Amino acid sequence: MKKDKPKIDYSNKVIEIRGLEKSFDELDILRGVDLDLYQGENLVVLGRSGTGKSVLIKIISGLLKPDIGRVNVLGQEVEKLNAKELQALRLKIGFSFQNSALYDSMTIRENLEFPLVRNSRHLSRKDIDRIIDVVLDAVGLAQTINQMPSELSGGQRKRIGIARTLILRPEIMLYDEPTAGLDPITSIEINKLINEVQRRFKTSSIIITHDLTCARETGDRIAMLLDGQFQRQGTFEEVFDTEDERIQSFYNYNFIQ
Amino acid sequence: MRKYVTTRRLDRLFLELYRIYTFVIRFFKEVFLPPYEAKEIIAQCYEVGVRSLPLISLTGFIIGIVFTNQSRPSLAEFGATSWLPSLISIAIVRALAPLVTAIIAAGRVGSSIGAELGSMKVTEQIDAMEVSATNPFKFLVVSRVLATTLMVPALTMYTMFVALMGAYLSVHQNELTSITTYFVQVFSAISFLDIFSSIIKSFLFGFTIGMVGSYKGYFSSKGTEGVGKAANSSVVTAMFLIFIEELLTMQIINAIRAF
Repeated sequence: MKKDKPKIDYSNKVIEIRGLEKSFDELDILRGVDLDLYQGENLVVLGRSGTGKSVLIKIISGLLKPDIGRVNVLGQEVEKLNAKELQALRLKIGFSFQNSALYDSMTIRENLEFPLVRNSRHLSRKDIDRIIDVVLDAVGLAQTINQMPSELSGGQRKRIGIARTLILRPEIMLYDEPTAGLDPITSIEINKLINEVQRRFKTSSIIITHDLTCARETGDRIAMLLDGQFQRQGTFEEVFDTEDERIQSFYNYNFIQ
Repeated sequence: MRKYVTTRRLDRLFLELYRIYTFVIRFFKEVFLPPYEAKEIIAQCYEVGVRSLPLISLTGFIIGIVFTNQSRPSLAEFGATSWLPSLISIAIVRALAPLVTAIIAAGRVGSSIGAELGSMKVTEQIDAMEVSATNPFKFLVVSRVLATTLMVPALTMYTMFVALMGAYLSVHQNELTSITTYFVQVFSAISFLDIFSSIIKSFLFGFTIGMVGSYKGYFSSKGTEGVGKAANSSVVTAMFLIFIEELLTMQIINAIRAF
């Protein structure tokens, strides 16, 4: 299945997280997370709902601040950046949201234009149209350009959400539950798209999911988040080759489902 | 685990006050800094101003008629119905027009801003703007607050005119006063300070409506329930603040007038 996977540069860490802790009110979510993402790698973060997977990528993108710990993205300490520096870093990070987060008052074209016209003000109308065509072609939805988000199916919305993040040509992609709420066929298409993005746009990605099929199809490496820490990391087979009942039950439940 | 400086509730209250303070300060910082979202500001001005016109027209006109009809019997007892235009103009220009416009704007625009931003917040659209290196505060909040601040005074002026026309209809029908005489009496009863203070007050009301709606929407949570709460609380809080502001500005203006 995993054919044409690009080479991973294990000498180059694009994300390095050390001792990350985050709590909300009296609930400790992340309790000392360490994580590395290498250039060109697709890293899948697996875990049950509420284990802090989404919190982790929101901290990486600077949407949330960690309580304790260090988050280094592309050589920059995220928590030490000022607003302008953080904005510049975000141009290199694409974030695909669980519910796509398309701007529902705008057409697909306006959704795709939105980050582009605000961050590349020198671009002509012709350049903008060309870039939109490239990303829409990459997600296979060129025909939807003048539609409203409410007119699209769940799978199409996910694809457009990914297209909108690709429009700024990010170096890192963060996918939050890319297959959640989709039927199995559409999920397979999204998995293929994630691999295609990795190959075509040469991105390094963190894929947050609890879908084991997605993890197996897209991940070069899997990290299992349990009780606020990564309990196991490795290939899909390595992670699930364990006697740990919590990991076993996660595997069994997912495939029985 | 988080430790509280005082108690959980008190900590939250102080954090909320600090959040309101930083929200308002951020507006004043960002409103003068480029990039200026001119297109969005114009779109919001259209939404707040032009699309409120039918409701404002109807309400203003009816208020003019009703206020005149309700005031007539009291003045008639003293044979002073010729004072009606003066009484009406003072009431409408000084208090009714700014207050009624602000209340209608709070209901129509404030709730819509609260619901729109609230819905964008819970569906992560605001986060999506932020991670795509766009400043959502500038695009969503600054544009909306500017639109309400600029449009509510314009709507107030319009309400004054429409209400005075409604009042004229009633005065003309009962007292057979000509439009020239009516407006001479209207303008002789009010001063520049009356109109000026109403406009200044309307700027304040407009700013309050935009700010409260944006704040409630921007920080809404708890899914769809939160959107409803944001819309509702935008209206209630804005109206509450508008009445307090009305009371305070009235005291200040009366003091200026006495001086």
